[in-house]
Amino acid sequence: MSRAQPLIVGAGPAGVRAAETLAKAGLRPLVVDEAPACGGQIYRQPLVKDGRDAHDLYGSEAEKAERLHRAFAALSGRIDHLPRALVWNLRDGRADIAVDGVNRTVNYDGLILATGASDRVLPVPGWTLPGVFTLGGSQVALKGQGCAIGRRVVFAGTGPLLYLVAWQYMKAGVRVVAVLDAAPLSAKRNLLGGLALYPAIILRGARFAAELKLRGVMLRHGISDLSFEGKDRVVGVRWREKGRENYLSCDAVGYGLNLRPETQLADLAGCAFIFNERDRVFVPQREPSGRTSVRGVYVAGDGAGIAGADAAELAGERAALALLEDRGLQHAAGRAAELELELARISRFRDVMEAAFPFPAHWAATVADDTVVCRCEEVTAGTLRSCVRDFALDEINRLKAVSRVGMGRCQGRFCGASAAEILAAETGRSVAAVGRLRGQPPVKPVPLTLIPREAAE
Amino acid sequence: MTPLRVDVAIIGGGLVGSSAALALRRMGMDVALLDRRYCGAQASGVNYGGVRRQGRPPEQLPLSQRSHAIWPKLKSLIGIDGEFLRSGHLKLATTEADMASLEAYAAKVTDAGLELELIGHNELRRRFPWVGDAVGASFCPGDGHANPRLVATGFAAAARRAGVHVLENTPVTGVTRNGEGFVLEAGQGLKVMAGTVINSAGAWADEFAASFGEPVPLKRIYPSMIVTEPMAPVLTVNIGMEGGGIYARQVERGNCIVGGERGEPLSDPDFSRPRSDGAMTIMHRAATLFPGLAKAQAIRFWSGTEAEMPDRNPVLGPSLTTPGLIHAFGFSGAGFQIAPGVGEVLAELVRDGRTPTPIEAFSIARFTAGSPPARTTVGSGAGEKQEP
Repeated sequence: MSRAQPLIVGAGPAGVRAAETLAKAGLRPLVVDEAPACGGQIYRQPLVKDGRDAHDLYGSEAEKAERLHRAFAALSGRIDHLPRALVWNLRDGRADIAVDGVNRTVNYDGLILATGASDRVLPVPGWTLPGVFTLGGSQVALKGQGCAIGRRVVFAGTGPLLYLVAWQYMKAGVRVVAVLDAAPLSAKRNLLGGLALYPAIILRGARFAAELKLRGVMLRHGISDLSFEGKDRVVGVRWREKGRENYLSCDAVGYGLNLRPETQLADLAGCAFIFNERDRVFVPQREPSGRTSVRGVYVAGDGAGIAGADAAELAGERAALALLEDRGLQHAAGRAAELELELARISRFRDVMEAAFPFPAHWAATVADDTVVCRCEEVTAGTLRSCVRDFALDEINRLKAVSRVGMGRCQGRFCGASAAEILAAETGRSVAAVGRLRGQPPVKPVPLTLIPREAAE
Repeated sequence: MTPLRVDVAIIGGGLVGSSAALALRRMGMDVALLDRRYCGAQASGVNYGGVRRQGRPPEQLPLSQRSHAIWPKLKSLIGIDGEFLRSGHLKLATTEADMASLEAYAAKVTDAGLELELIGHNELRRRFPWVGDAVGASFCPGDGHANPRLVATGFAAAARRAGVHVLENTPVTGVTRNGEGFVLEAGQGLKVMAGTVINSAGAWADEFAASFGEPVPLKRIYPSMIVTEPMAPVLTVNIGMEGGGIYARQVERGNCIVGGERGEPLSDPDFSRPRSDGAMTIMHRAATLFPGLAKAQAIRFWSGTEAEMPDRNPVLGPSLTTPGLIHAFGFSGAGFQIAPGVGEVLAELVRDGRTPTPIEAFSIARFTAGSPPARTTVGSGAGEKQEP
């Protein structure tokens, strides 16, 4: 019997390069992706052609985006591609994939998880109001659907994406009122350290900020006590800065604090996790090659720990080379070493970026009791704190059990980190010590009427 | 480390151990409650949440009735109501034969106080129009459901507040007789000296029983639950099915919990997950039996580790080899409702050496006396197809 085909989850930069590398070596991987077309979040393709060209969509990254789309198109006939498909469970070499209400159970031999990232957010008053979007969500609206989240938009949070999205909105003709960065201006000095590594990226960021300023967009640093105000939808943003309170009216907010890796499938695949101090998040334990603690399971791209799109392309290729080597197939060892060297360099750059845009974890720890932390299950910070006290809890899965935090549609992907920060603050333990939410299938909602494929045929 | 001296040491902080701890403490005793991980995190916290007397074998009903009186008083007992809802429990029959066995059961337990109502097809349509195809049903108005994640944890928290030494992440590695009492060795050099030991270690209880010369045929089972997104009210009662296959309830928040089939253990056998095929089977049964759920999404699954005995009755009562040792385990997937009553019974056994509630049928003697265990035919606990 021939071996089952390798499975690649995700058709973003990491997944596409992994598929390309496997196909080049004569393997025929199955690539499963939730989106209708390849590109991932960063090089997302519009749902319908709307006259915008690559430069309109991807700006300075247009060439990379087009290269990636072309590379994937060139694989046609040499790989299997399941778009609009959700891998919702993994177990012992079997994947359950929901496509159009039908479930396919697929055996795989070799698994590359290129599951990407989603927005990292912390609860602030008003963050669940209509009109408040994540930064990534704001970008998806613009890139994928050609629409803006509002007419008078404030962007708040921190991270390079904050400036990029604000700039993209400004370029698209939307009135950007302000960019409110939680990172103090002094933290930006760290960016000088990045100049030696990737000057172009640093200069591009500086250009975004300069152009925003030139066009009259208010840029603020070191903001705190951020809140979004409004009754039925957001009408304004309030914050503190140098001890003074400020307010701006707006009709939409893009908010985000950098990104978080999507790691549920690695969890279901049985991978061991370790706590990453820099990003204050649990990530799959991995070698520089992308090998995890489970034989035949590899992680690449932002899903393995945030490193950005360029790193994802390299890591996808590297993980595929590891898979080839582990299968006893010919692989380019020299290329593998080269890729690891470059990935290490990018990782040093990430240290710089994290220092320049530090994650304000204390926002969660100090969030007001009446603020909702888990929006799916509508659990407030106050409920979490009283559960910790009343039940004498010190572990995140126990907090989930009694409070419902992380039990809803998103399965803790957006509230898990905040709940952990609150639990850690309440118990005086470290975030690493309070643990991480255990993954359970389905990783995202599936219809009750999901039909096994045999039954559907 | 100086040993901790208590009157009673309880191994296993599930609902049985926690409720016994609270009851004993309220009698004025010094109690240590030890759990290898977290109280209420195993079978007590991951079961379906059915608070059901209907369908239990007759020998369990006195105990079940005793527990029945405790459930509405949770708020005053442990400070939370555990989301207990006296919704009623509707046991459906999909064939005439199943209806006949519901009728036979009702006749058999007529004196037990369940107040069962047998409901024919037309009346079922009228009273429970959201149920799809069924021949008839038996309704127990006093039964209901509760949130399992809260109740056991709530008992343990109440026990802690009442002064019980609640020791979590404290696996008991050895228990030995020592003069009139016992010495328990637990994690990190901790020693607990106790006059009485309760073995309420659930799926881990067989090791302790065996160490006192009482091996039992305990098997681990892994229930499998799926949860829908919150829905407008559909299931107004706790639902079971004669002959098994599915059980379902809707919590106040709107999520429907549907159980059936079995999960499977992970590489660490203390953890388990539902199987995809089993979960999909249950999802389909739910969408078919309750048309109101046909458009629902399943947002999560869960499983957990429970202990099953071959006759699906628990082991409850004094050890036959070791004075001062009391067993309470093996509730076979149907322990949630009766556990608070078991806690009281255990406290009486410790204090008085006896209890007014009949528990002879649950003696460990049935596995150690050399006679093959009798299989219960009517009702019983939760088998693969049966409702917990």
